[in-house]
Amino acid sequence: MPRKRLDLTFPPRQATKPITYHLVKDFDLVPNILRAQIHPGQEGRMVLEVTGRKEDFDAGIAFLESEGIVVRPAATDICLDEDKCVLCGLCTAVCRPGALTLNGAGDELVFDKDKCVYCEACVVACPRRAITLTF
Amino acid sequence: MGKTWDEINERISSGSAVVLTAEEFAELAADVGVKEAARRVDVVTTGTFGPMCSSGVVLNFGHSDPPIRMSRITLNDVEAYGGLAAVDTFLGVTQQSASRGLEYGGAHVIEDLIAGKAVRLRAWSSGTDCYPRTEIDTWVRLEDLNQAYFFNPRNAYQNYAVAVNSSDRVLHTYMGTLLPRLGNATYCSAGALSPLLNDPAYRTIGVGSRIFVAGAPGFVAWEGTQHNPNQQRDEHGVPVAPAGTLAVIADLKRASTRFFAAASMTGYGVSAFVGIGVPIPVLDEDVAQTLALTDADISATVFDYGVQRRSRPALGRVTYAELRSGAIEVQGKKVPAGPISSLKKAREIAAELKRWISEERFTLAEPLKPLPQPGEQGVKPLEIRSEEAI
Repeated sequence: MPRKRLDLTFPPRQATKPITYHLVKDFDLVPNILRAQIHPGQEGRMVLEVTGRKEDFDAGIAFLESEGIVVRPAATDICLDEDKCVLCGLCTAVCRPGALTLNGAGDELVFDKDKCVYCEACVVACPRRAITLTF
Repeated sequence: MGKTWDEINERISSGSAVVLTAEEFAELAADVGVKEAARRVDVVTTGTFGPMCSSGVVLNFGHSDPPIRMSRITLNDVEAYGGLAAVDTFLGVTQQSASRGLEYGGAHVIEDLIAGKAVRLRAWSSGTDCYPRTEIDTWVRLEDLNQAYFFNPRNAYQNYAVAVNSSDRVLHTYMGTLLPRLGNATYCSAGALSPLLNDPAYRTIGVGSRIFVAGAPGFVAWEGTQHNPNQQRDEHGVPVAPAGTLAVIADLKRASTRFFAAASMTGYGVSAFVGIGVPIPVLDEDVAQTLALTDADISATVFDYGVQRRSRPALGRVTYAELRSGAIEVQGKKVPAGPISSLKKAREIAAELKRWISEERFTLAEPLKPLPQPGEQGVKPLEIRSEEAI
């Protein structure tokens, strides 16, 4: 079953509507909230991983857009500033899902974006401030 | 059949010395045996690149007109020591910016200086008859300074702890973020490439040794602070926990941002990655024995940072080969492990030092004075006592 990551931007007036409920109930989709920052009366942001059949997926997106939500494909990369990175490997120590690892020789950083859950633990842990999440 | 320091230096000077990195030497020894490797190779280079908090620089700014006796000094809003002569100072890497906290500190100022950037110097004084100026606000670059040199009281730890956290909350430490209930482990050593692990009994490394410091040629100035030769050792005589340390000195003007990098450890503070490389002369088979050790032969002790005391409980011992695999076993649990010390940079340093010796004829210096040996001294704790109890 197809799985996609979406970056949703909510207008201020929309922030109270339970959209994930509707995605499940009305469109038979499986939403997984990776990140969310939604406050009543303010513009909100949510990164959602959605699994479902293509026709349900398209209908679900149409529903979100009809509700005034801006839907974009989510950034699928963390951004590493290679000039700043010293390959210490500390980010790999805090990456619970194991998305960031060192290669066998221990001298290259490997990023498996499918495992990343956008928790930002690496962003905070990096002593060189070399990692950013791009949206 | 051994070699002398003089013989090795003659070969370096004539360009005929055989120089390998510690990793290359271990491979050769595995192929041809330690005895033959010792015969063939003159010098083995080591390297390490980890956060080393006890580092800093001595700076002399030159005199303004009219002159000032600086008693409070800041560089890019980071305080430097004002208790030396008029325009001398010491800037430590861990000092934090008054305005930006741990996002910018002494280490960042030093990195900016090495990069050739101008740094804002402000100083204040009460003014004296010989130094009438009371305030100065100017910009300086590294090239403008008279003297600028590292004096790092404690670098290149001989082995280090593996940190885990058995408590129920996330800990932010100098060993990075430690996840609760043994959620992860961090370690900080170049293992088989680490300078003092390749000379466990301090036979060739001592006061006066010529070394690589942050890309500049420098010297071992003294034993490092908390140098502890009495640490527990394994069957090879290699310490299994933090032991010996080096105090080093080197010209900041010849340092490189490739081998010095500021570090902001979230929830802890500022530190600096410092690159240290030490060449080791292959004097005899005894020296070669430990040079031939690999990550599978060298181990470190796992300590529980969840117990916030001076003596943290030891939870066992693991090899660097296990640590490098990405996971270790602690108390029967598989724990993901990540490094803090850059293996890639350690390799670059060992390779660069090899190039210095092979191409630039960087000769070795026999120690003027040995480091304190096992049995000679340990590390004393600080007791909290009242004046009456003295």
